[in-house]
Amino acid sequence: MPKLTVDGVEVEVPPGSTVLQACEAAGAEVPRFCFHDRLSVAGNCRMCLVEMEKAPKPVASCAFPAGDGMVIHTKSEVARKAQKGTMEFLLINHPLDCPICDQGGECDLQDQAMGYGYHSTRYDENKRAVTDKYMGPLVKTIMTRCIHCTRCVRFSTEIAGVTDMGMLNRGEDAEITTYLEKALDSELSANVIDLCPVGALTSKPYAFVARPWELKKTETVDVMDAVGSNIRVDARGAEVLRVLPRLHEDVNEEWISDKTRYACDGLKRQRLDRPYVRRDGKLQPASWPEAFAAVAGAMKGLKGDQMAAIAGDTVDAEAMYSLKRLMGEFGSTNLDCRQDGAKIGGPRAGYLFNTTIAGIEDADAILLIGTNPRWEGSLVNARIRKRWMQGPVSIGLIGAPVDLTYDYEHLGAGPKTLSEIADGSHAFAKVLKAAKRPMLIVGMGALAREDGAAVLAAARRIADDSGMLIAAAKDDDGNEIAAWNGFNVLHTAASRVAGLDLGFVPGADGRDVAGIVEGASSGAVKLVYLLGADEVDSDFGDAFVVYQGHHGDNGAHGADVILPGAAYTEKDGLYVNTEGRVQMGVAATFPPGEAREDWKILRALSEAVGKTLPFTTLEDVRAAMRKDHPSFAAIDTIEAAAWGEFGVAGATDDAPFAYPVDNFYMTDPISRASKTMAECTEAFVLPKREAAATGTNG
Amino acid sequence: MLKDEDRIFTNLYGWFDPSLAGARKRGDWSTTKEILAMSPEDVVEVIKASGLRGRGGAGFPTGLKWSFMPKEVKDKPHYLVVNADESEPGTCKDREIMRHDPHKLVEGCLVGGYAMRACAAYIYIRGEFYNEAVALQKAIDEAYDAGLIGKNACGSGYDFDVILHRGAGAYICGEETALLESLEGKKGQPRLKPPFPAGVGLYGCPTTVNNVESIAVTPTIMRRGAEWFAGIGRPKNAGPKIFSISGHVNNPCNVEEELGIPLKELIEKHAGGVIGGWDNLLAVIPGGSSVPLMPKSTCDEILMDFDSLREVRSGLGTAAVIVMNKQTDVVKAIARLSAFYKHESCGQCTPCREGTGWMYRVMQRMVRGEADAEEIDTLEEVTRQVEGHTICALGDAAAWPIQGLIRHFRPEMERRIAAHKAGQPVTAVAQAAE
Repeated sequence: MPKLTVDGVEVEVPPGSTVLQACEAAGAEVPRFCFHDRLSVAGNCRMCLVEMEKAPKPVASCAFPAGDGMVIHTKSEVARKAQKGTMEFLLINHPLDCPICDQGGECDLQDQAMGYGYHSTRYDENKRAVTDKYMGPLVKTIMTRCIHCTRCVRFSTEIAGVTDMGMLNRGEDAEITTYLEKALDSELSANVIDLCPVGALTSKPYAFVARPWELKKTETVDVMDAVGSNIRVDARGAEVLRVLPRLHEDVNEEWISDKTRYACDGLKRQRLDRPYVRRDGKLQPASWPEAFAAVAGAMKGLKGDQMAAIAGDTVDAEAMYSLKRLMGEFGSTNLDCRQDGAKIGGPRAGYLFNTTIAGIEDADAILLIGTNPRWEGSLVNARIRKRWMQGPVSIGLIGAPVDLTYDYEHLGAGPKTLSEIADGSHAFAKVLKAAKRPMLIVGMGALAREDGAAVLAAARRIADDSGMLIAAAKDDDGNEIAAWNGFNVLHTAASRVAGLDLGFVPGADGRDVAGIVEGASSGAVKLVYLLGADEVDSDFGDAFVVYQGHHGDNGAHGADVILPGAAYTEKDGLYVNTEGRVQMGVAATFPPGEAREDWKILRALSEAVGKTLPFTTLEDVRAAMRKDHPSFAAIDTIEAAAWGEFGVAGATDDAPFAYPVDNFYMTDPISRASKTMAECTEAFVLPKREAAATGTNG
Repeated sequence: MLKDEDRIFTNLYGWFDPSLAGARKRGDWSTTKEILAMSPEDVVEVIKASGLRGRGGAGFPTGLKWSFMPKEVKDKPHYLVVNADESEPGTCKDREIMRHDPHKLVEGCLVGGYAMRACAAYIYIRGEFYNEAVALQKAIDEAYDAGLIGKNACGSGYDFDVILHRGAGAYICGEETALLESLEGKKGQPRLKPPFPAGVGLYGCPTTVNNVESIAVTPTIMRRGAEWFAGIGRPKNAGPKIFSISGHVNNPCNVEEELGIPLKELIEKHAGGVIGGWDNLLAVIPGGSSVPLMPKSTCDEILMDFDSLREVRSGLGTAAVIVMNKQTDVVKAIARLSAFYKHESCGQCTPCREGTGWMYRVMQRMVRGEADAEEIDTLEEVTRQVEGHTICALGDAAAWPIQGLIRHFRPEMERRIAAHKAGQPVTAVAQAAE
C-alpha cells in the first residue's frame, strides 16, 4: 500500500491507484476533463497536472501511478500555473456562447474556468470554427465547443462497442467526428451527451428547452425494460423534459439506454386524461362516477370465473396487488401478468436473473438462449461486453445471429441445439462444464412459446449439469468462496417479476392469457380487466373490457370503459427488476387531467362495486402487500432465491427462437407515442430492415 | 579532430559499394558470431562502458536504456524498434547511413536485439525516404540470403528477424510511443508514460526504441572495444558523431566528428566556413529545429557536445547544425519553425494543440512587427505554459526555438514593433544579439 503526502495530508491508497485517486483520498480537489472513472485513461486534457516533488515537471495525476513516498502538491504555484495555463489553452478556441449553450449551468468547463481560470483572455487571434457533424436524431453537435477530451470516442469504442467515432486530422485541425457522418448506431449512444464536459454534444430533442436550474429533479427508476435503470426525471411544471441516468453500480452503473432517456416525450402524446365509456359503439368522455357505474353494472351478477384480469408490462406492484385483491373479492383466479404467454412461474429462482447484473463480471462462460440482450436489456448487454473486455470469456448464443458488440459463438437457432447442450452432446456443454463460474441467460424468445416450459426445463437441466449452482464455501486456505447461481431469466417487462412475486398468475383452475382470450371469445369470460395491458390481442369477443392505463394504445382501443391511470413518472410505486431487486419509483409530476394513480382508481372502484378494499393510503397498500409477500419488504437488496423445481420436461418444437423485441425503440405505449423514438426507428431500424429484405445490406 | 582510422561510417558519402560485399570489405559482419557468443548482459555492459549516448536527440545513455529491458523473456517476446523516422528539420544523418552504409544498421539490429533478447527488430522508416527504404530493404534481403539474420543468425543459433516498415509522413511518428502506435496500425499519437516501452511497448511487449545511428555504431563498439569509443570525445560525451551542417555555409555536409569539437572548427574545417566569413555569422541552431538557437557570441567558443550545449541553454539534439548568417531574417526563420510545429502537432493534448497555433499566429505578427512590446512577454509565457505540460516532447520542441529567439534577439523583435508603430517599413535588418 503506497503511502504519499498530498498537500501535507498523508494518505495510504491501494496498490495500482493513480495520483489523482490519492489526491481524492486526501480530500484535495483536482480539476479534470478527459478523465472518467469508467473509461480508459487518456491523459490528454492536461487539466489534472499537479506538482510532484523531485519530478522535473508537473505530472498528469490521472495517469501517473501513485508511488510510496511521493509528495504531491495540488495547490502549489507550479500546479496552479499548470492548471491555469491549460485552462487558458482550452478557452482560447472555445466560443463564448454560454448564453445560448444548452450545457450552461451544468458545464464542467464553465465551472472549472471559474475555479481554475484567468479572469480574462490574452488571446487576440481569431478563434477556430469547426463544422458540426451529423450524429443522428439524438445527439446534437456544436463542434466548435469541443475540447477534444475524447470521452465520447472512448465511450463508444469501449462501452458501447461501436467504432463509429474518432478524431480526424491533426493538431488544431483535429476534429471529433463519426467517421462517415452517420448516426451513432448504438442503443447507448446518448450517454455521450452526459459524458461531454462541454456543450459540444448536447441532447437534440432537449435543445433550447430549459435551463437546469428551472427543473425539478426526481430520483426514480425506469420501466422501459426489466433492468430497472436508476434515473433522474427532470420536470418543469407538469411536463417531463428529460431523463438522466443516476448512479447504481449494481444495475446501470451510470449509463441508460436511449429508450430510457428519450421515450419521455411520449408522456405528452396519446394520453388518457379522462374516463371514457362506450356508448352507441363509440368511446365517449365520461365522469369518474359514470365510468365506475358502468364497470359496476357490468360486474353485477358475474361469478368469479366469468371475470379475468391481465396486468401490463409497466405497471407498478401496488396496482397489481390491488387488482389481485379486488379480483380475489369476486373469487376470480383468472389472472395473468404474462402478456406474451411466457411459461414462467413457480419458485423465484426459476424466473430471476439470479447471477445479478453485476455478477456477470465474475462469469467465465455465458450461454445466451433465445435472447438478444442488446435490445432486451441494453445494460445487461453492456455488462456482458464489459466482462468480455476484461479478459477471456466464452459466450455462446442460441437464436438468430445478431450483432451483440462482442464476439460470441453462434451455436444454433432453436431448441434442438439447446437439447444437445442439455444432454451434453454439444461442444459448448464442455465449455460450460469446464468453466468456474458459468452462467446462462434465457430470454423471452425461448420461453414465450408453446414449448416454453420444456425449454425452461432444459435450461434448468443445463444449469444443474454444468455446475452453475455453487454453494458458499471455504477453500483449503480458508478463503470465502461466494455462492453462485448461474441460471438467469432476462425479462423484457418492468412489471413482470413483481407480478410473479405477487402471484398475479392463474390460480387453481384459473385461465392464463391465452385462456382468457379463448374464454372471452367463447363467452365463458364476460368481463376482462386490462391493467395497462397493451401487448395482448385486444379482441375479447363480446366480453366487457375495462382498460385502466395511461395511453390510448392497443388496450384502450377495444375497451368499453377507460379508466385513466398514471404513467411511471406520475406515481409512487414499487418495481422489481429482472434480478428481483425491489426499487422505489417516485412521482415527478402529476397525472394529466383527471387521471389518477392506479391503486387509487382500484380502491375507488372497489368501493363502487361494493367490495371495498381495506386500505386508504399508499402506505396501507404497501403494508398489506409486504404482509402477504415479504419479498417486497427490503428495498434495493438482492436475496438469493432458493433453487427449486420449475419447467416441465417435455418435447420441444424445432422452430427457431424468435426474439421478442423487433424494434428496440418501440416496445410499450410510452415509447410508441414518442416522436423521438419514431425518429430513431426511422434512422436505425427501418434502413436495416429494408436492407435485410432486399439483400442490399452494405 | 577525429582521426580517419576512428571513423565508423567509412562509406558515409557513398563513394564505395553499399552492398554486403562492400560492407564486408569495410569490416561489417566480420566477427558478429563472436559477439553473439557473449552473453547479452556482457554486450550491454560493453555498451554501457563505452558511454554511448542516444543519437536521436535526448542523449540518454544507450546501454542503460538497454538494461531496462526484462532480464529474461517470459510470456511476451521482446522487440527492438529502430527509429528511422528522421524528420527533424536540418537533420539528415540517418538518411546517409541507410543509403550508403545500411549493413551497419542491419548488423546493429542483430547485436542490439541480441543484447535485449529481442526476437525481431522493426525499422520504422520515414515515408518520404523511399530510396533509402529500397536500399535498406536490399541490405536486409542480402543479410537474410547470407544467413546473417533470420533463423540461426550468423550461425550463432540465435533467431532474429528484421522487418522494415515505412511510415506515412508524420513528424510526430518519430516520437517513440507515437511510432509504436503507428507501427501497430493506429493513429500516430504519443502514449502516456509510464508505462515505458521497456515494460509495455509494441503490442504490449517489452520494447526498446533506438535511433538509427545509435544502433548502427554498436557493432563497431563491440569490435573495437568500449575503451576505444570512450576515448574519443569528452568525458560523458564520448564517441564520434555524425553532424549535419546546413544553412549559410559554403559547403553544407554530413560529417563524422568527435563529440566536443568546437563549433567554429566544425564549420570552418568541414563546411567551408560561414558564407561571408565567421564575422558574418548571426546565429546557429546546433541540434535540429527543436533546440534554441545560439547567437554568434556563444558560437565563438562553444564545444559541440551534450553537456556543453546544455550549459548555454541549448542542446545537441540530433547534431544538425543550422547556420544563419547576417542576411537571415531570424524572426521569420523561427516563425517558420512555429508553422512547422503547428502543422505537426498531433492534437492529442491541450497545451500543444492550442499552444502551437497560438505561438504560430503571434510569431507571424512578430515578423511584421504588428504587435505590442508586451506581447513578447505574453509569448514567452505561452511557451512556458506549453513546455513541460504535454504528453510528449513536441510541445517542448515547439516552445524552445521561440524561447531562444526571445532570449537572444529581443531587441530585434522590439525594433520591428517600434518601426511598425511608427509607420516605418519593417525591414529585416539583422543585428548582432546582446
